[in-house]
Amino acid sequence: MASSSRRPEMGAAAIGAPAAAVPLLHPAVAAYLARHDGLVDRLPGHRHAWVRALRRCAAEAFARQGFPTRRNEAWHYTDLRALTEIRFDEPLVAVDRPVLLPDGIPEAGAPRLMFVDGRFRPDLSDLDALPACVRVQSLAALLEAGEETLRGRLGRLAPVEAGAFVALNAMLAEDGAVVTVSAAGSGARLHLVSIGSAEGDRPVAFHPRHLIAVEDGAELTLLESALGEGATPYLNNSVSEIALGAGARMTHVRLQAEAVASFHVATVFATVAEDAEYDSFALATGARLARNEVHATLGGTRSAAHLNGAQLGDGARHVDTTTVITHAAPSCASRQTFKSVLAGRSRAVFQGKIHVHRAAQKTDGYQMNQALLLSPEAEIDAKPQLEIYADDVKCSHGATVGELDADQIFYLRSRGLPLAEARAVLIEAFLADALEAVRDERLRDALAAATAAWWARAHAEAGA
Amino acid sequence: MLTIEGLAATVDGKPVLKGIDLAVPAGEVHAIMGPNGSGKSTLGYVLAGREGYEVTSGSVTFRGEDLLAMEPEDRAAAGLFLAFQYPVELPGVGNANFLRQALNAVRRKRGEAEVDAMQFLKLVRAKMRGLGMTEEMLKRFVNVGFSGGEKKRNEILQMSVLEPAFCVLDETDSGLDIDALRIVADGVNALRGPGRGMLVITHYQRLLAYIVPDRVHVLLGGRIVRSGGPELALELEEKGYGELQQAA
Repeated sequence: MASSSRRPEMGAAAIGAPAAAVPLLHPAVAAYLARHDGLVDRLPGHRHAWVRALRRCAAEAFARQGFPTRRNEAWHYTDLRALTEIRFDEPLVAVDRPVLLPDGIPEAGAPRLMFVDGRFRPDLSDLDALPACVRVQSLAALLEAGEETLRGRLGRLAPVEAGAFVALNAMLAEDGAVVTVSAAGSGARLHLVSIGSAEGDRPVAFHPRHLIAVEDGAELTLLESALGEGATPYLNNSVSEIALGAGARMTHVRLQAEAVASFHVATVFATVAEDAEYDSFALATGARLARNEVHATLGGTRSAAHLNGAQLGDGARHVDTTTVITHAAPSCASRQTFKSVLAGRSRAVFQGKIHVHRAAQKTDGYQMNQALLLSPEAEIDAKPQLEIYADDVKCSHGATVGELDADQIFYLRSRGLPLAEARAVLIEAFLADALEAVRDERLRDALAAATAAWWARAHAEAGA
Repeated sequence: MLTIEGLAATVDGKPVLKGIDLAVPAGEVHAIMGPNGSGKSTLGYVLAGREGYEVTSGSVTFRGEDLLAMEPEDRAAAGLFLAFQYPVELPGVGNANFLRQALNAVRRKRGEAEVDAMQFLKLVRAKMRGLGMTEEMLKRFVNVGFSGGEKKRNEILQMSVLEPAFCVLDETDSGLDIDALRIVADGVNALRGPGRGMLVITHYQRLLAYIVPDRVHVLLGGRIVRSGGPELALELEEKGYGELQQAA
C-alpha cells in the first residue's frame, strides 16, 4: 500500500517548510496549499507529528497532481474550470452555533449523525438509539487525541495518489465519521447527514473523511444524505473509506441533493472481504457539478458488490458517475445498474470500469448504463471499460440512450394525466428497476420523494 | 352530445379525413364501419387529440365545447374516452397505480375529491369481477405481457372505472375470440345509458351482434358514404364494401 511506504519518509519531512515547491501551480491549487500552510497549526490533531506528516504528504501529492484537466483520461468528460475559478475559503460557522436545518432531510428511522459544513455537530445529532454493536466517533476528536489506531486506518484504502480530490481531502480534512460495526448485534442502521450551510456570500469548501469498518459477520445499513441550501457556492469534497470484513454486509444508500449552486465531489473506496457484500445505491439530484466516484475492490473469494444509482440532471447542471470495480479474488460478482435522466441543458457522464485480475477466475461482472434524455439539449457521455486478465470470466456491459415514448405519453394523457404527470410516471418507470434494488422500504420512499422533488424543479424550469 | 362538422385531417401531410359530418346524441350508440385505410382509426385519434393528426378544417363540438381546442387530458376530463385498437404497454408502471392516478387526475379536473387506495380497490374489484379479470392483473405493469384479449379487457376496465360520458371504441373486437368478445361486449353494454354516447369503430359486423347500434355509418375514403339503422351492418356483412367502393 502506498500509505505504508510513504509514512516513514514523511516522519522525516521538515515540518513547517512550504509544501508547494512545484513551480507554475494553478492559482486554485496554490490557494488550497496556502490554506494548508495557514491552517496547519489549527487543524485537529496538529500537535501530533504523524497527523502533520499525513497532511504534509497529502499536500505534496496534491501539488504534484494539481486539479485534473480534460487531458486527464479519468476527467475527460468533466470540466472543472467552474470549480477552480471560485475561491473557496474554510468554513467559519462555529461548531456550537445554531443552524437552521434545510427541508427535505429524509426520515430514515435510524440514529442520526449530523455534519454542518463538514464538521460533526453532536448538538444536532441523535445517537440515543445507537445499538451497542455500533461505535461512532468523530474523526476530529480522534485526531486531537492522537488516536494511534487511526494511523493505520486513515488513508489506507484511499491513497493520496488516487487523485487530486483525495489528496486535497487528506490535506484539509477536519472531521468525519469513524464508524465501527461489530457482529454482536444485527441490522444496525445509521443516517449520516451533511449540510452545506452556505451562509453569506463567502464560498466555503469542506472535506469530510469518513472511515467505516463493518467487521466480520456484521451488518450495517447506512443512509448518507448530502443537502444544502442557498445561492452561495460551496464545495463538499468527501472521501469515504469502507472496509467490509469476512461475511459482512453493508447497504449504502446515498442521496445527493446539494444546493444548486454547489459542487459535490464524493470519492468512495470500499474493500470487500470473502463472502461479504457491499450493496450501494446513489441518487444524485443536486449540485451544479457533481462527481460520484466509487472504487470497489472485491478482495476476498465469493464477495459481491452491487453499485446502482441514478443521476437526474436539469438546468445546466453536470453530473458524473465514475466507478472502478476491481475483481482481485476468484468467484466474485459485481452488478451495476445506473440510470441518467437529463432535462434542460444538463450533462451526464457515466464511466464504468471493471478490472479483473489474473487471479480472479470465475468472475461474474455486469454493468448496465441507461440514459433518458428529456430535452434535445441534454447530453450524456458514456464510457464502459473492461480490463480482463483472467481467462474464465463472465463480464458484460450495455448502454442505451433514449427519449420518452410519444405513444406512451399520449396513452397516459388520453386517460386524463396532465403532460407533466404523464412524463413523471414514465420517468419513475424508467428508474424503477434500479430503485427496486433498494430493498429497505423507508429508504426507497426517501429516494422516491427526492426524485419527485427533482422533477418538480426540472419541470418548472422547462415550463418557464 | 358529439357533433362533427366538415372534419378534414391529414396524417404526415396526407389527407385522410375529407369532410365528415356526424352527430351522436346522448344515449345513442353509433357504429362506424369501413374497410382498412378508410380513416376509421384516424377519426378516433383525432377525437382523442393525438399528436401528428392535423385537423385542416371542420369542427367537433362535445357537450357544447370545442373539443379540438382541448389537450388530450382535458378531453379525458371532459368525459371522452378512446379504447385503443392497440393498447400501449407501459413497462415499470403498475396497473393499479396507473388506473388510480388516471381516475384521480380526471376527478381533480372535475373538482371532485380524490379516492384513496382503499376506496379505489373496492371500486376496481367490483368492476373487474364483471369483466372476468383476476386481481393479479392489477399488480402487473400496464399491458405488459397481456394477451390480446387481456389488453382489450383492460381498456374496458379503464373505461368502466373512469365512467366517461362518451366512449370511442376503436376495433375493440380485433384479436378477440368469441368468449372474450362476449365479455367485452357485456362490459360495454353495462355502460350504455341515457346520459352516455358511444362510437363503435369496427371492420366487421360481428361485434355489432353483441353491441347493437342505434345507427351505422359507412366510412370510405375519408367520407361517410352511407348511414342507416342496425340492418345496414348486416347488409355490409353480406355484400362487403366492394359495391360501395365502386359507387364512391
